[in-house]
Amino acid sequence: MTDNDILVEVRDLKVHFPIKRGVLFDRTIGHVKAVDGVDLRIPRGQTYGLVGESGCGKSTLGRALLQLTPPTGGEVVFDDVELTTLPPARLRAMRRRMQMIFQDPMSSLDPRQNVESILTEGLQTHGIGGNRDERRAIIGEALDKVGLPRWALSRYPHEFSGGQRQRIGIARAVVLGPELIVADEPVSALDVSIQAQVVNLLDELQESLGLTYLVIAHDLAVVRHISDIVGVMYLGALVEEAPSDRLYTEPLHPYTRALMSAVPVPDPDVEDRRERILLAGDLPSPANPPAGCRFHTRCPWAQPTRCADERPVLREIGGSRVACHWAERIASGELRPNQEGAGAIRGSAGGEAPEPVSIPTSTAKADSADG
Amino acid sequence: MALLEVDDLSVTFARRGQRTVRAVDGVSFSVDAGEVVGLVGESGCGKSVTSMAIMGLLPRHPGTRIGGKAAFDGTDLLGLDDRARRDIRGRDVAMIFQDPLSSLNPVIPIGLQVTEVLARHRGMKGDAARKEAAGLLDRVGIPDPTRRLKEYPHQLSGGMRQRALIAMAVACRPRLLIADEPTTALDVTIQAQILELLKELVHDSGTALVMITHDLGVVAGMCDSINVLYAGRVVETARRRPLFREPRHPYTSGLLGSVPRLDSGRGEPLNPIPGSVRDVLSWSEGCAFAPRCSRRVDACLDETPPVVRTHDGRSYRCVDPVPLPGAVPAQAGPADQPEASSPEPNEEKTRD
Repeated sequence: MTDNDILVEVRDLKVHFPIKRGVLFDRTIGHVKAVDGVDLRIPRGQTYGLVGESGCGKSTLGRALLQLTPPTGGEVVFDDVELTTLPPARLRAMRRRMQMIFQDPMSSLDPRQNVESILTEGLQTHGIGGNRDERRAIIGEALDKVGLPRWALSRYPHEFSGGQRQRIGIARAVVLGPELIVADEPVSALDVSIQAQVVNLLDELQESLGLTYLVIAHDLAVVRHISDIVGVMYLGALVEEAPSDRLYTEPLHPYTRALMSAVPVPDPDVEDRRERILLAGDLPSPANPPAGCRFHTRCPWAQPTRCADERPVLREIGGSRVACHWAERIASGELRPNQEGAGAIRGSAGGEAPEPVSIPTSTAKADSADG
Repeated sequence: MALLEVDDLSVTFARRGQRTVRAVDGVSFSVDAGEVVGLVGESGCGKSVTSMAIMGLLPRHPGTRIGGKAAFDGTDLLGLDDRARRDIRGRDVAMIFQDPLSSLNPVIPIGLQVTEVLARHRGMKGDAARKEAAGLLDRVGIPDPTRRLKEYPHQLSGGMRQRALIAMAVACRPRLLIADEPTTALDVTIQAQILELLKELVHDSGTALVMITHDLGVVAGMCDSINVLYAGRVVETARRRPLFREPRHPYTSGLLGSVPRLDSGRGEPLNPIPGSVRDVLSWSEGCAFAPRCSRRVDACLDETPPVVRTHDGRSYRCVDPVPLPGAVPAQAGPADQPEASSPEPNEEKTRD
């Protein structure tokens, strides 16, 4: 797989939702900038993981990429075809090649359709398979691929467990023979022991069918596990993008660092040793994002210059793309997190950079002082 | 004696025309003051029903049967009448729920909801109560508390709401706090803030905390001792480090093996537990986990596996436990498994 074989390219994608007020005459009083200028490229046969907290625009980005939500601006190029300006009929034909897997298998499957009907719908729409028998054969294959028995065809979604339902959702996507699958939180509604089954299934399908994935998830451990490239979003924009291993071993953006440090690891030794970077306060409103760097209001490394008035663009630093003015100097340890800026760092030192340690009790105070 | 001692708690739901469900089936555990005890398990394992039963929050229905004991400081919470229970609930024992939006009243300002607790249990009124409420919100890290008191739940963010809920729970300095998935609805960075806050409360006031969660990572950082539940029963109890380092029950070890970890690499296939929670046996027929278990032997299907207690305070319900060395993601140092490496002669089998 060469680097040049890009299946999907997103250029300066924007999705703004108008905020309306008024009873008789809707007035637009502002916009929620759910996605505000995202560039990314997904190589064929690889997995791009998109992480971020709720409200950061990751799901909207996924939907806009598939043209399920019309983008306000920017371009989406799928296999050299520009999708945003494509006439509806041609877009519909393209849809066969890009499918979606949804978070909640219960609400994304029609409870009144049996599995056969769920899986046939797409085939009929795209005119695949001449008659019922042919379609049955195609569906049967899809069921085999996702590890469901043939008798499932006549059953209804409620007769299956959560993991099996998600397999039906995956079968529905796979049955059309797509090239790209956008999976929006594919495992977060499932039980811990079932998550691994679905993650493994996604991996196997990628290998056997040569699929390209865009996986959207808030669970950083899951994303790390299945992604080749990971992009971190904050308030509608990418703040860092790097190969999966690199992002996790060497996070450069302060937000990425904070995210990584906040993920609990099921290992008491790691938990006791870790330095936790606590961010102060909550996500600012995407309707009125902070000027300059959008993260500067919560950033422990925020500097008096540039951060508040100049929006950083993604720039290349040793294989990663980072949107931070000070990434190099933070990485080298030259810049220290400012104490009063946001949150405290708990735990003993022992990491790569010496960092100030404060007692846990100051956390709440620091939060309140800042927010 | 421990502050809370739950002994052989069982909850069954019976409805006409439907199979009787044993949601909790002989759960026993104890919590000391200042201790954090985890109840871990997947959906349907009975962890939430356990907490609801202890708090007396299960709906009153003739088909709902609660058995066993839950002694809080000597008083059996299950046997209390409504008045006595209301006196204890909110004052000595408090609860934090998973979804702060649905556990706050949407049409009543936050302030009134916090002062209600103060009025009921501490007899505070008017300005004094409002001042105390502002102090509580400040303590849990809500900025500008006096303004927030007048706001409604929908005006607060998810993290703020959870903080408000915690403020209400700790308003009377309870001696026991039950947190049912307190951070599941929150983002990781907010989760870190809330967990930090809970740790601080336990540390500062010596409150006992029962932490109910499905997230093994949260447990690893928070709990002193952990009970793993499966199909309504505790299948393994251990202190934090031994549990993660050398899980004995195949379910515990399976759970640990199936979670992707932040510090593991890309591509190594995970080892999921086959099947789903629906594939259970009834405990009376054998081990409920047997249909999904990789270490199943014939004896598993014969009878309920007895609880095996090792003398170092661990216990597990399994006839063929995971052997101590190896087979665990984290390598166990030789120093960490003293007498337990030859457990058989010391083990005392108890049947319940």
